[in-house]
Amino acid sequence: MTQLDLTTLSVRDVNAALHQVSQDTFHLLNPGGAHALACGLNAEISVTVEGHAGYYCAGMNKHASVTVTGNAGTGCAENIMSGEVHVRGDVSQSLAASGHGGLVVVEGSASARAGISMKGVDIVVGGDVGHMSAFMAQAGHLVVLGDAGTDLGDSIYEAEIYVRGAVAGLGADCIEKPMETDHLATIDQLLKRANLDANPKDFTRFGSARRLYHFSIDHMDEY
Amino acid sequence: MCGIVGLFLKNEALQPELGTLTTLMVHEMVDRGPDSAGFAIYEAPAAATKISCLSLTGDTDWAALSADIAQTIDDAVEVVEIEDHAILHTQGDGARARNRIIEIAPDVTVLSVGHAIELFKGIGDPDAMTSRFGLAERAGRHAIAHTRMATESAVVIAGSHPFSTGADTCLVHNGSLSNHNRLRETLRRNGETFQTENDSEVAAGYLAWRMRQGDPLEGAIEHALRDLDGFYTLAIGTRDGFAVVRDPIACKPAVIAETEDWVAMSSEFRAIAQLPGVTHADIWEPKPATVYAWSHAA
Repeated sequence: MTQLDLTTLSVRDVNAALHQVSQDTFHLLNPGGAHALACGLNAEISVTVEGHAGYYCAGMNKHASVTVTGNAGTGCAENIMSGEVHVRGDVSQSLAASGHGGLVVVEGSASARAGISMKGVDIVVGGDVGHMSAFMAQAGHLVVLGDAGTDLGDSIYEAEIYVRGAVAGLGADCIEKPMETDHLATIDQLLKRANLDANPKDFTRFGSARRLYHFSIDHMDEY
Repeated sequence: MCGIVGLFLKNEALQPELGTLTTLMVHEMVDRGPDSAGFAIYEAPAAATKISCLSLTGDTDWAALSADIAQTIDDAVEVVEIEDHAILHTQGDGARARNRIIEIAPDVTVLSVGHAIELFKGIGDPDAMTSRFGLAERAGRHAIAHTRMATESAVVIAGSHPFSTGADTCLVHNGSLSNHNRLRETLRRNGETFQTENDSEVAAGYLAWRMRQGDPLEGAIEHALRDLDGFYTLAIGTRDGFAVVRDPIACKPAVIAETEDWVAMSSEFRAIAQLPGVTHADIWEPKPATVYAWSHAA
């Protein structure tokens, strides 16, 4: 186990240290809201940020497991490829933006545009998500135990959204869809991986109506 | 980009520390706005009116100017010079004094008028700016500050925040307004005076105008949410209070933290991370189109 203290080390030093090993457990002390902590990790290491992180924490994560004990700022786990990012507090906007894979868990709430353009990442949020979450979401799952803000799933492709609480409004081409057995199993599995407790049957499923991104011969005159 | 900070002290015992704490917060926001800075500091309201003035030429004859103002408002005017700024103190009519300065002194910008507020701004490194005006030595009840990264207009002092057009009202703004030209004309017809072409000054003028119509601060901001078009996170200082609002899209960042002793807001958490007792603070991101306000008077 290695401790790295941000009061004496720069973010560049800390990230360089995290990039040099193929396995270890790290604790980042006194993060103080610094940006770009634990970014670009590419090994099966475990990193715990002891406090609040700034922007882009755990961005581009591959293989590593990153935990933030406090809150995280804009773009947490953006472009995550694999591995796991777990935030005990809240996160700001654009959570896991463009994420290709892996699991992102937020115990608190995420603000606007959570899962924007997600491309395969699985996201589980214990609290609420803000407006325009899953905007242009292409693949992956967004599970929300609380409420969702306005324009949920606007211009969505083939990602799946499951919300337990209230939805303030759906975006263009996002509709409620029937919940089948395999969807319940997906929610159950994601909740277990996130270590969050909820009944899959309490969730509502949302996805694409497929009217926006599919070419329709009836619309030929529009082009 | 730009960085904004605000600090509202609930615990009177912290008042001597206001300037020191605000200086620390501004320092953390230098990366977000390295080319200009400004701050407004609010003391307990005094009997006298304080008029914060900036000399654009750096060689303004403050004695001559204050003599003219004294004659206009028929009351004594005392001048305290600080670098290229001067604070005029008078028991007389502050609003008339402000209008007179704007009328006769094109080399002077009136930054604020009020019983509680003093306002300073400058271009260049924000740390150097706060040091030049002795922010760390200042006591008070609340303060707001701004670090500017000019993206759409020149690095000139006219573009520096905070902006104040009404008594004891000022704001700092991160974002841009798209309907400021038309709104400025509407406000001019309603008697507001503006000293720059800056969009944020229009937001300040709008709030001052609404409050002159009788709106409380929260009511004025509710109207602003309907009438201001653009992107904004605003921190607003008034004689007794402090408020934060974000536009309905909320793409400009903001975080608020509150303890028993203080309320702080900033563009980013790192500016708040230095404050005493922050580990026990409630920390949250203000929701879109929602007004958050605190007042010493309540």
